[in-house]
Amino acid sequence: MTRAVLLALLSHWRRAPLQLFTLIAGLALATGLWSGVQAINAEARASYDAAAATLGEGRYARIEAAAGGEIALADYVALRRAGWQVSPVVQGRLGGVRLVGIEPLTAPGGIGPAAEDADIAAFLTGVGQVFGRAEALKALPGIDAEKVVAPDTAPGTVVTDVSVALRLLGRAGFSALIVAPEQPLGRPALEEIAPDLALRPPQAGSEVGRLTDSFHLNLTAFGLLCFAVGIFIVHGAVGLAFEQRRPVLRTMRALGVPLRRLVALMMAELLGFALIAGTLGVGLGWLLAAQLLPDVAATLRGLYGAEVTGGLRLRPVWWLSGLGIAVLGSGFAAGAALWRLARMPLLAAGGRRAWAMADARSARWQGGAALLLIGVAVGLALWGEGLVAGFGLLGAGLVGAALALPVVLGAVLAIAARLVRGPLAQWFWADTRQQLPGLSLALMALLLAMAANIGVSTMVSSFRQTFTGFLDQRLAPELYIETADDDQARAIEAFLEPRVRSVLPLASVETEVAGLPVELNLARPDPTYPQSWRFLQAVDRPWERLAAGEGVLVNEQLARRAGLGLGDPVRLGPDTVLPVLGIHGDYGNPVGQVIVTEALFAELHPEVVPRRFGLRLDPDEVPAIRAALVAEGLPEGAITDQAAVKRFSMQVFERTFAVTAALNVLTLAVAGFAILMSLLTLAALRLPQLAPVWALGLTRRRLAGLEMVRAVLLAALTALMALPLGLALAWVLLSVVNVAAFGWRLPMFLFPWDYARLGLFALLAAGLAALWPAIRLARTPPAALLGVFANER
Amino acid sequence: MLLRLRDLHKSFTGAEGPVPVLRGVDLDLEAGESLALTGESGSGKSTLLHLVGGLDRPDAGSIALDGTRVEALDDSGRAALRRGTVGVVFQQFNLIPSLSVGDNIAFQARLAGRHDARRAMMLAERLGLAPHLSKYPEQLSGGQQQRTAIARTLAARPRLVLADEPTGNLDETTAEAVLGAMLELVSETGAALLMVTHSEHHAARMGRRLHLHAGRIA
Repeated sequence: MTRAVLLALLSHWRRAPLQLFTLIAGLALATGLWSGVQAINAEARASYDAAAATLGEGRYARIEAAAGGEIALADYVALRRAGWQVSPVVQGRLGGVRLVGIEPLTAPGGIGPAAEDADIAAFLTGVGQVFGRAEALKALPGIDAEKVVAPDTAPGTVVTDVSVALRLLGRAGFSALIVAPEQPLGRPALEEIAPDLALRPPQAGSEVGRLTDSFHLNLTAFGLLCFAVGIFIVHGAVGLAFEQRRPVLRTMRALGVPLRRLVALMMAELLGFALIAGTLGVGLGWLLAAQLLPDVAATLRGLYGAEVTGGLRLRPVWWLSGLGIAVLGSGFAAGAALWRLARMPLLAAGGRRAWAMADARSARWQGGAALLLIGVAVGLALWGEGLVAGFGLLGAGLVGAALALPVVLGAVLAIAARLVRGPLAQWFWADTRQQLPGLSLALMALLLAMAANIGVSTMVSSFRQTFTGFLDQRLAPELYIETADDDQARAIEAFLEPRVRSVLPLASVETEVAGLPVELNLARPDPTYPQSWRFLQAVDRPWERLAAGEGVLVNEQLARRAGLGLGDPVRLGPDTVLPVLGIHGDYGNPVGQVIVTEALFAELHPEVVPRRFGLRLDPDEVPAIRAALVAEGLPEGAITDQAAVKRFSMQVFERTFAVTAALNVLTLAVAGFAILMSLLTLAALRLPQLAPVWALGLTRRRLAGLEMVRAVLLAALTALMALPLGLALAWVLLSVVNVAAFGWRLPMFLFPWDYARLGLFALLAAGLAALWPAIRLARTPPAALLGVFANER
Repeated sequence: MLLRLRDLHKSFTGAEGPVPVLRGVDLDLEAGESLALTGESGSGKSTLLHLVGGLDRPDAGSIALDGTRVEALDDSGRAALRRGTVGVVFQQFNLIPSLSVGDNIAFQARLAGRHDARRAMMLAERLGLAPHLSKYPEQLSGGQQQRTAIARTLAARPRLVLADEPTGNLDETTAEAVLGAMLELVSETGAALLMVTHSEHHAARMGRRLHLHAGRIA
């Protein structure tokens, strides 16, 4: 019996190949977009994890030199003798590759290279071994050590023994000491053994991970929206298939097929399709990710310094989750249809339920659900707090607006039908309204796709605009230099004073304000700051008052976390309490920041001598000053050209744009596909509605033209609704989700030309989608139209 | 006795409360017997057929079919009854449009686990369907579609054939031919036939006839 029923169910698809194509293609596209984005995220996260595993980043407390610089071997030996379980680490760059030296015998478990056949003796003795990915080892200049390929090492990083690292980098001291989690009781305090060293507590998460989370969160949100658009297509295809097979299902039950068996077999059929489409989707996602990953890797490297490989690995978790989401998505899309089948009475009136003609009751239900969801979204916007509320607002708002679309369009079309004169116009508007239920799923998909486009491009463009301004503000000096030690710093500063317009010292110390970890930075009074810095809020003449020692400047993150406003006191020391003079945006920085005047910084931390400087000078003099600095003994690598940094940053943004633009085009293509499939499936049901109008004197060509106009008109009305929805989406991403997730708010800018261009693309997509069904209609043989009247259909 | 109905009641819920359709029907049918059930529209003919076929449940009374109490069966039991014991021929044919004529004929026999290719072929030939086995239902005339439905029912060798106005959608000449073929084949299989019809002429061709009036046997 099972075989006979299954064959009968499957035979439907042989007779309706277009419907099968819609179902498989919709699900495959949805899965492809989702799993492509997930693949990119998974690859990036795997890279961070590898980095964390190599260095124990964030997991362990570290001891560092309080004033920056290296830790002397003597301090390390003193700490070990006093009972401190610490392990030395050396970090530096060699030929563009990050070289990390560890001491495997003392390092806490889980740190270091994970080559399966690692030979610890070879690692520690002789010329030593350097572990890394093949591409990182290849990038290393000729070194006096054996190269061993270890694929699980972090991208762009090689690992070796600490002594080998010291030798290769030409260093004498360690970069940091990793503190093992378990330490003997009663050991002397760090200050007693090495007062120049400071203990940094472990971080809850990898710093790189936190910095890049914003990027991944937005990519994930975009992937989810793409998936939702695809699921709308699948919902339409599955719903149509169920409704078309309703009489057959009833017949099968009348012939003795038990209901449970029928439901189970339909679920099995759907599962089979989901697995086929999911596999295709995972393949599509793989291609998509492979295309986009180099751009994403470059973006992350440029934005946050996070190393991500440009290659893609087939991770079981990734493809399994791709298949899983395809199955879940199709289950979600088919849930209502299966529920209706399970409850379908055996003797209900036969014939096809008007799939395309949703009845008034379901329209009222849909309108009510839309109102409820929009109400929930408004409530969350007004009173919600935190990331969950942000995503709840996003989901409720988008689904509510999608459900409201047919109701709003129905009302607009009803008004239009009342306003027009002439029989053809009246028929056109009334007929368009009648088509609405059949097209509503595709139009909802278009609404979501356009809203996602507007929302995400507004967010990315706002981010770019803000960040460009931010770069101008932060990278105002023409050159940056870094000196090796305090003596060189003093000498170079003295050398530069007469040669450049101004020398801006840069230094920071980690401290605490209001119980929160912050970086304390210094600012030397200089016109550069008031000319280039922009504040979110500030008192009158903040830089002048800062220079006069009347207050401090804080970043947005600290202001939000500590609840600081202008004029609020900030305690920097036992006797140092100063008011907030300004709050500045500090995009991408996870920690709070306080800026004080140079004099106060020196008073609070006399042990810290600034070793980095920003130089203001005529851009034409940059080559000469650079040459002079090299002649003074500063290595080339210690001098950074601001223009090069800015140029690179802007290239990074262009790559980010390439990623989002590609995803935008794909989402819009999926929505266009949804419209095409809806129009094609409706075309067969349309003949009885069009035949009488044709018989009354309208040519097939004219009817086809009107069908095109109808599709473009509905797309235009949908685009009008998508604009406020997309802007609301951008606002939620920028002002709610970003603030809840990362503590800073991005200002929102509007890009009307971009929206107009997108609207035109949407109309073009709708027009193209309507073209094929229209051509088919124009070529419909008169016999087929006459068949309607002969009741032969 | 193949079929025995006793004091069968059934009502449906209307806008103004329950509407009684069957008000205590008694009926007996022997194996191999043919019985026409006539009556005006709304007299409960189709409802009676649905109750016997396990497509619906009675409010009260008993239905004994081949020793089985139909009213006591659950959903899966009634589905098994429809597969194995009863065959239903509908007025609307109810063929599966995506299966070929040959597959439609074999469908119910396959469900019942009694598929016999030679018997299916014999039925197709006797009903004039042999040249059309690879066609699809939409490519057949109304008479051919109903003959396919009859072949589908008889291929499963049911003990009782229920026919709900099987010629109601056909012209007079075609209806005569279809009915003649059905009666001949049913009598050859030894199955009982219970047919609902509005036609006095068709009723006269059956072994026995009963008239339903206002939910009771008149």
